[in-house]
Amino acid sequence: MSFMPKPRVAHPGLPRNELGLTRRDYEGGMSTLCAGCGHDSITASIIQACFELSIAPHRVAKVSGIGCSSKTPAYFLSASHGFNSVHGRMPAVATGANAANQDLHYIGVSGDGDSLSIGLGQFCHAMRRNLNMVYIIENNGVYGLTKGQFSASADVGSKAKKGERNEQPPIDPALTALTMGGTFVARSFSGDKAQLVPLIKAAMRHRGFALIDVLSPCVTFNDHEDSTKSYAFTRQHYQPAVHTDFVAPATEIMAEYEAGESIKVDLHDGSHIVLRKVSPDHDPTDRASAYAFLRKRQKAGEHVTGLLYVDGSEPDMHMLNHTVQVPLNRLEWDTLCPGSEGLGAILARYR
Amino acid sequence: MKRTDTSDPGYYHRVVDCQWACPAHTDVPEYIRLIAQGHFNDAYMVNRESNVFPGILGRVCDRPCEPACRRGRVEDKPVAICRLKRVAADLRDDIADRLPRIPAAKNGKRIACVGAGPASLTVANDLMPLGYAVTIFEALEKPGGLMRSNIPSFRLPDKVLDGEIDMIVDMGVDLRLGQRIQSMRALLDEGWDAVFIGSGAPRGKDLKLPGREAAAANIHIGIDWLESVAFDHVERIGERVLIIGVGNTAMDCCRSSLRLGAHDVKVMARKPRAFFKASDWELEDAEEENVEIIVNHSPREFLIENGRLRGMLFDVMEYDLDERGRILDSRVTGERTIFCDDVVLAIGQDNACPWIERDLGIEFDQWDVPLVDETTFQATRPGVFFGGDSAFGPKNIIWAVEHGHQAAVSIHRHCQGEALEDRLPVTMNLSSRKMGIHEWAYANDYNSAERRLMPHVDLKERFRKLDIEVELGFSPEQAAYEVQRCLNCDVQTVFTDSLCIECDACIDICPTDCLTMTADGSEEELRGRLKAPADNPEQALFASAPLKYTGRLMIKDENLCVHCGLCAERCPTAAWDMQKSKFKFPYAVDEDEAWQSRKRQTA
Ligand SMILES: Cc1cc2nc3c(=O)[nH]c(=O)nc-3n(C[C@H](O)[C@H](O)[C@H](O)COP(=O)(O)OP(=O)(O)OC[C@H]3O[C@@H](n4cnc5c(N)ncnc54)[C@H](O)[C@@H]3O)c2cc1C
Ligand SMILES: Cc1ncc(C[n+]2csc(CCOP(=O)(O)OP(=O)(O)O)c2C)c(N)n1
Ligand code: SF4
Ligand code: SF4
Ligand code: SF4
Ligand SMILES: [Mg+2]
Repeated sequence: MSFMPKPRVAHPGLPRNELGLTRRDYEGGMSTLCAGCGHDSITASIIQACFELSIAPHRVAKVSGIGCSSKTPAYFLSASHGFNSVHGRMPAVATGANAANQDLHYIGVSGDGDSLSIGLGQFCHAMRRNLNMVYIIENNGVYGLTKGQFSASADVGSKAKKGERNEQPPIDPALTALTMGGTFVARSFSGDKAQLVPLIKAAMRHRGFALIDVLSPCVTFNDHEDSTKSYAFTRQHYQPAVHTDFVAPATEIMAEYEAGESIKVDLHDGSHIVLRKVSPDHDPTDRASAYAFLRKRQKAGEHVTGLLYVDGSEPDMHMLNHTVQVPLNRLEWDTLCPGSEGLGAILARYR
Repeated sequence: MKRTDTSDPGYYHRVVDCQWACPAHTDVPEYIRLIAQGHFNDAYMVNRESNVFPGILGRVCDRPCEPACRRGRVEDKPVAICRLKRVAADLRDDIADRLPRIPAAKNGKRIACVGAGPASLTVANDLMPLGYAVTIFEALEKPGGLMRSNIPSFRLPDKVLDGEIDMIVDMGVDLRLGQRIQSMRALLDEGWDAVFIGSGAPRGKDLKLPGREAAAANIHIGIDWLESVAFDHVERIGERVLIIGVGNTAMDCCRSSLRLGAHDVKVMARKPRAFFKASDWELEDAEEENVEIIVNHSPREFLIENGRLRGMLFDVMEYDLDERGRILDSRVTGERTIFCDDVVLAIGQDNACPWIERDLGIEFDQWDVPLVDETTFQATRPGVFFGGDSAFGPKNIIWAVEHGHQAAVSIHRHCQGEALEDRLPVTMNLSSRKMGIHEWAYANDYNSAERRLMPHVDLKERFRKLDIEVELGFSPEQAAYEVQRCLNCDVQTVFTDSLCIECDACIDICPTDCLTMTADGSEEELRGRLKAPADNPEQALFASAPLKYTGRLMIKDENLCVHCGLCAERCPTAAWDMQKSKFKFPYAVDEDEAWQSRKRQTA
């Protein structure tokens, strides 16, 4: 942990975005995580993506659970809204916030412990409802904050720092998302910003639940030789299956994208994603084929990365529930409040 | 890009911008830290070792270090390096016991120096501790050269000058005042082991225009006039004065005039402001005293009335500039008469050594400048050395000092019968500043304090007498602020490529985006695709060896690194470390030690 804040002084040549802000304006407080933690690089990628999308920081709500990963919303976008909730309960808080105000961008940050152990149920239901949010799992295979116990994403055969071997099969967040109806399923690596930043940008523009499972080595408890989530192992088994490019609205797609194996996916706001397949047996627009592809590669011991599956046409939670289109804080009082008579009528329905 | 060789002292030396820019390589960050700790004596001695005259230079140095200072690129104002030097000099105690000891037994070698300016004084300072008998011949009645005769006492008080010159003279120098050397042949015939010529560039340029002869009584050559002022031979000047030229001499002339009775002083420049030779701070100081600076006026004629100077006629000029501000073309658009009582010409100085006979094997070029080796400072005749303004034309005090150091090394090697070129190399020592996990043995936090302003004596008060020092010096409180602005550029970011696990932590934390891990390329091409543009070609790019996982290189643009140590602090493997670089620039005393130890080994 560093004791001094990052100096405000900046490179005078830093580019500015449409709002006139620099990347530095999207930073948060000084990280208290271990030096070299993958989570800090993901923080930097979120900052970069929000900067590049020219998102006004106060239009973002950051939500998280408990864990080293869940601490990170404090380290980006200090000018946005935030809720650091209870272990594994971030999806519930995000659901409530999104129900009340669907106009904000929701960025959830969770860990493999937070989402795949105590919070697995909440995680699945948020996907099932296609809650409109970006959901980032900073996946290090351990409970970092509580000093390195195996989490549910630990691979069979992976060893803890003191030598103990994990025997239980892992829960793969991407496979889980494909099963639970996630509409945007991606995997990446904290050490590959060139891949991660466009993925976050696309996820921010996707309407619906966008999961990004980010391999994020825990330098302190899970970066040793027999770990399958170390920097070294991840680099060796890293397998980009798709190249993802996020293309802002009204930007001409360059001709080179059209050629060969590229697929264009339209997003609801006029932007689109261009996917360039690396593996010919993978179709990122077909859920069943994506599932089969992932299973096959997982068996081969690969960390398959990229945007694995996307479908921008599914209705999100608000559409499914036919809720009002306007954030509740902008509704007139007499529309928002049913009045005692109206309330009586509602209650009567449940008698 | 080629892997950077950081074992070459030149690489890290360049990172210490101020020290690199200082002709005498003063260890600026080191003395600033010592001031911050209240160790004024130590700070003074660090200065004295390289620049010999900290009290003098803390007031009047040309300070090439300040425009070079990194702080000036990160914000807009550099650290007040020069003024902090003065703080060390003003607040120190007696340091007599820390000056080199002069051996009672001499080494039998006799050295003659011509002129008692900073160049000769430095030679004496470096050679006296080695047992040389040094004699300085000075034409004037007081030592100091132009520091005494031309730099006005309201910028540089006599007391300060005397104090630092005495430190050298008191080493036992045989100082012969009032003795102008008239013949080099005669001097050489006296059989000196070496002769050093530090006689300056003593001839002020004249302006031969119509009326020059007739108005001679009221037209003064700047450096001669300042000398007369310094030695009280001139005590008044007319009410309206024109200064021709806009260099540093002009600034001293106009400000001196104001103290000798002038009320209306105009400095006349031929070209626009961007072409002025005077330093910004000298211009500011003159303008603060209500001196008017008039641009684009080219002198044409001295106007005479009743046999007396009445004014000057100027051509009014117009210039065409290109996009880089260079003059493409010029034309005269009109004329203008300006009335005045006196004119001071401050348009430059020339070398002049009429007393050196031209048949002694000491060669001069077509402009009458001696041929001098740029490393050894030896003339074309062995055993004769030049330094200071006499060597390559007018420069400044700090260059004169550095020439003196180098000439002293050469004189020592010459007297020991060793080749002048085989000088000791510059060496470097690196030592980690790591104290604890996130603790460093230097103030690494960036302090956003703004540059302190130098307090000045009130405008009315300062004109009362010629020798009222205008700048009051920083108070201890101001100094305490100013020292925190130094970025400690000598605490280097040292990279060990085999340790890096490519976690990105350093890249993400760096406040000024100095670091990038990227695929190899040529330097020029890399400069365009780093995390932030590396658009200052004066500043080096560091390139590591290929990193072990991806084969990318770690690239650092040195330009805006604020030496905050966060890269090292956030690095899990200590691939980055903060290490203080200390350079050793060999002086005559080091040459002597090396020579003694060689002698012991062969014995
Ligand atoms: C008006 C003015 C203002 C300046 N202000 C600054 C400033 O603020 N900061 C700065 O860094 N520099 C300044 N300079 C420049 C600086 O003073 C000189 O560069 C520096 O003093 C050169 O040192 P030196 O040892 O080579 O010779 P000098 O200082 O010129 O000394 C040469 C000495 O040799 C003597 N001499 C010459 N011929 C003989 C002879 N034949 N026999 C015996 N003695 C002889 C002269 O009398 C003189 O004392 C200024 C110069 C001028 C003219
Ligand atoms: C209800 C509850 N149960 C248990 C804990 C203890 N606890 C804190 S963090 C954590 C696991 C965090 O693991 P993960 O989400 O993977 O985060 P990481 O630290 O690895 O980033 C646990 C079990 C808690 N804080 N609250
Ligand atoms: S314990 Fe692991 S996950 Fe937590 S901050 Fe340290 S390195 Fe990161
Ligand atoms: S010391 Fe390191 S982190 Fe700080 S500015 Fe320099 S390179 Fe960047
Ligand atoms: S923080 Fe250290 S290990 Fe990580 S990328 Fe930088 S130098 Fe390499
Ligand atoms: Mg974890």
